[in-house]
Amino acid sequence: MMDFIRIRSLSKCFGDFVAVDNVDLDIEKGELFSILGGSGCGKTTLLRMLAGFEVPTSGTIEIDGVDVTGQPPYKRHVNMMFQSYAVFPHMTVEKNIAYGLHKEKTPKAEVSKRVDEMLELVQLHDFRSRKPDQLSGGQRQRVALARALIKRPKVLLLDEPLAALDKKLRERTQFELMNIQDELGITFVVVTHDQEEAMTLSTRIAVMDHGRFQQVGTPKEIYEFPSNRFVAEFIGTINTFKGRVAAVADNGIEVHSAEAGETLTAVGEQIVEKGQEIEIAVRPEKIFVSKERPDGDENTCIEGVVDDLGYLGNRSLYRIRLASGKIVQVSSQNRRRSVTRFLDWDEKVWISWRPRSALVLLD
Amino acid sequence: MRGQTRFIASMLAFGYAFLYVPLVLVVVYSFNDSRIATVWGGFSTRWYGELLRNEQILDAAFLSLRIAVASATIATVLGTMSGLALARFRRFRGRTLFSGMITSPMVMPEVITGLSLLLLFVTLQQLVGWPSQRGFTTITIAHTTFSMAYVAVIVQSRLMSMDESLEEAAMDLGGHPLRIVFDITLPLIAPAMIAGWLLAFTLSLDDLVIASFVSGPGSNTLPMYIFSKVKLGVSPDINALATLIIVAVSIGVLIAWIATRRVRS
Amino acid sequence: MWKKVVTATPYLWLLLFFLAPFAIVLKISLADPEFGLPPYSQTASLENFAFLFSDKLYAVTYLRSVFMAVCATVLCLALGFPMAYGIARSNRETRNLLLLLVILPFWISFLLRVYAWMGLMNNYGTINTLLMWLGVTDQPIQLMYTDFAVFVGLVYSYLPFMILPLYATLERMDLDLVEAALDLGASRSRAFWDVTWPLARPGVIAGCLLVFIPAIGEYVIPYLLGGPESLLIGRVLFDEFFVNRDWPLASAVAIVLLLLLVVPIVLLQRYQARDQESTV
Repeated sequence: MMDFIRIRSLSKCFGDFVAVDNVDLDIEKGELFSILGGSGCGKTTLLRMLAGFEVPTSGTIEIDGVDVTGQPPYKRHVNMMFQSYAVFPHMTVEKNIAYGLHKEKTPKAEVSKRVDEMLELVQLHDFRSRKPDQLSGGQRQRVALARALIKRPKVLLLDEPLAALDKKLRERTQFELMNIQDELGITFVVVTHDQEEAMTLSTRIAVMDHGRFQQVGTPKEIYEFPSNRFVAEFIGTINTFKGRVAAVADNGIEVHSAEAGETLTAVGEQIVEKGQEIEIAVRPEKIFVSKERPDGDENTCIEGVVDDLGYLGNRSLYRIRLASGKIVQVSSQNRRRSVTRFLDWDEKVWISWRPRSALVLLD
Repeated sequence: MRGQTRFIASMLAFGYAFLYVPLVLVVVYSFNDSRIATVWGGFSTRWYGELLRNEQILDAAFLSLRIAVASATIATVLGTMSGLALARFRRFRGRTLFSGMITSPMVMPEVITGLSLLLLFVTLQQLVGWPSQRGFTTITIAHTTFSMAYVAVIVQSRLMSMDESLEEAAMDLGGHPLRIVFDITLPLIAPAMIAGWLLAFTLSLDDLVIASFVSGPGSNTLPMYIFSKVKLGVSPDINALATLIIVAVSIGVLIAWIATRRVRS
Repeated sequence: MWKKVVTATPYLWLLLFFLAPFAIVLKISLADPEFGLPPYSQTASLENFAFLFSDKLYAVTYLRSVFMAVCATVLCLALGFPMAYGIARSNRETRNLLLLLVILPFWISFLLRVYAWMGLMNNYGTINTLLMWLGVTDQPIQLMYTDFAVFVGLVYSYLPFMILPLYATLERMDLDLVEAALDLGASRSRAFWDVTWPLARPGVIAGCLLVFIPAIGEYVIPYLLGGPESLLIGRVLFDEFFVNRDWPLASAVAIVLLLLLVVPIVLLQRYQARDQESTV
């Protein structure tokens, strides 16, 4: 697959403030790509530069082989779905959806046909003559979506598409978006601050902070192999142990950790030297908790005491205090169906994990 | 109701009474048969009849209406442009001066605006021969100048509270910036423009001081006429005129209020 | 580009019809009065200003105008603040009606409203008739042609200008804050001074400026309602111009008045700019 969107050395400064800092990015055709980050990280500015509402301070943007860097929004084959939906309040649903086609000077019959197609796609056929103030938030969003898609853009940009929806609607819309994208084959670029959204929707994610990409990869790569502390802590929860490299071997490295009170083994691609200070990280769901010490030597085992616990129905969350005082978060599925708790407060337990579950974080 | 203290409630009552009692009395006295307003001589509509036969008043009223319509319309156009410029065009040269000039006419004492405009017209007449006569044109120009300030503020305020992404969405869908002004922006600020027009209309109809400065012989506006009569004291046909205006304005405002309520629901 | 046209058209209009005139006023204020058309010379001197500053009458009139404007402002504030507060605190339905009732008089001819007060206040007017009928006094009290009448007229005309910005600020204020203060033990007056007043201050400033600035130059109200001792600067300007035909002196009066107002006007601009930004 060729690179459909190529961003090279793109920067945007507002006076002294650097919103987007010299980023490079390649997005392939047909991807559902997410840019994930907290507020102020620059993701919206980046999206607006793709749309044409902000002119880059430096760098280039190429879409389908064409340099669009200086092009105004009304000339690009890129359409955007705004966070506020921006549905025109003084036009009916039909007129809203048809708006973009009028600008292309499409003949009336053709416009009518395509509007019908879109109404079918987003299931708003019965609402065609309604005005936006007669629609719910979710319906307005679908109008915005149809309005953008009718022009068959090369790229569709979505700004926080699920932010304003309630949980159930959000789940439904997530799958609808994915289906539509699959069906039409359009490249989607989504901007969001919601990790779950990004993880569910995307083929690939770029985690952004302070104007730069911290990591770009598939959801699995980002989650299981975060490249630095920021990404590791941004996505989901993670436990980190500070330590010093004691030995480097083929099957892993050994780290002395005072926090863990033990020597930990970890596997990682990074190159480390003996004596280096690093952090070992383990996700809560990769940790097993048991009342007796597990058999076998390969796994890391540490003794601790149950500090706090929470029952969430499908899983339980535990906070285990180690001898050093460090709190480790553990998440385990409730596989057994029982009324009584598996573990109780202040109970003595053992936590363990496989070496492969431990990551090396270099900061 | 959040619980008004008695003090607040009584202040409200006093305030509204203060605002309305004089108006009510004028309406009452317009039907007073006696010439002396405060002595009741019986119910009569004769002052209305005299009013309608008074050629001077009718001429003055007609002139004022023409000026009001003309200046309100031009002021709305210029004021909307100003509001657009201030709200949508981020930075342009001389923006602070522009914004200052826009808001000043609203508060400037009328004697100063009147004097300065008259001097301008006189100077222009010396330099280029225009305006040769002061009257309809000069008064219209003067009224437009201070009215456009009000329209600009109203339009600007409406634009700033409007979702800017509406215009961006239109641009994104292929609309050229000028087109979207007509497709999107103007329809959505139409209520503000109408309100501005009405305000400009009222201000023009009502203006005395500035018109006195910039008018010429033979162009008597309605306020100028009323003032010349009122200087001499209370006059019953003015009561009748006042009542007509009060009733007209009240009906107009009532219609506007009902219309906006209907739109809202 | 079309953007330039949209900006330039009103800009040029204002430059020509608003700013340029002030330059002309300045130029003429430096001239001497003459017979003929136009009634001023082409010379320049500071004579007129010297005259203004030397003749006590003018200084007194300026001061009196400032004083009356300040009094009118304070009175408007005293009546307008509780009204604005009351409107802001009422529920949605009543609120719109109350606001409408405040704005309605504004749409009725200003001149006619002042005229209405003439009927009320003159010696055979409603107020005196009422007072005499009630037996409070047996001689009509002189209300017309006094400073008192001018104050009544000023407050009557400018009250909506005070109420509206005050209401706008108070409406935005979270009235829960006052209740929180009361809940924490503050007395009603303490709650007012500690919470309401500081938050309402921007609206107070705007309202006061919107009343003070035009009130200083008022012409009609003092003319119709005031007596010979209520001579205000607006009247002086008008008379110098139309009665004495001394255009240069009138221009000088205008310039000095403008200088007096520069500070308040700039303050108002700054407030309005800040107000626009905070609502975005």
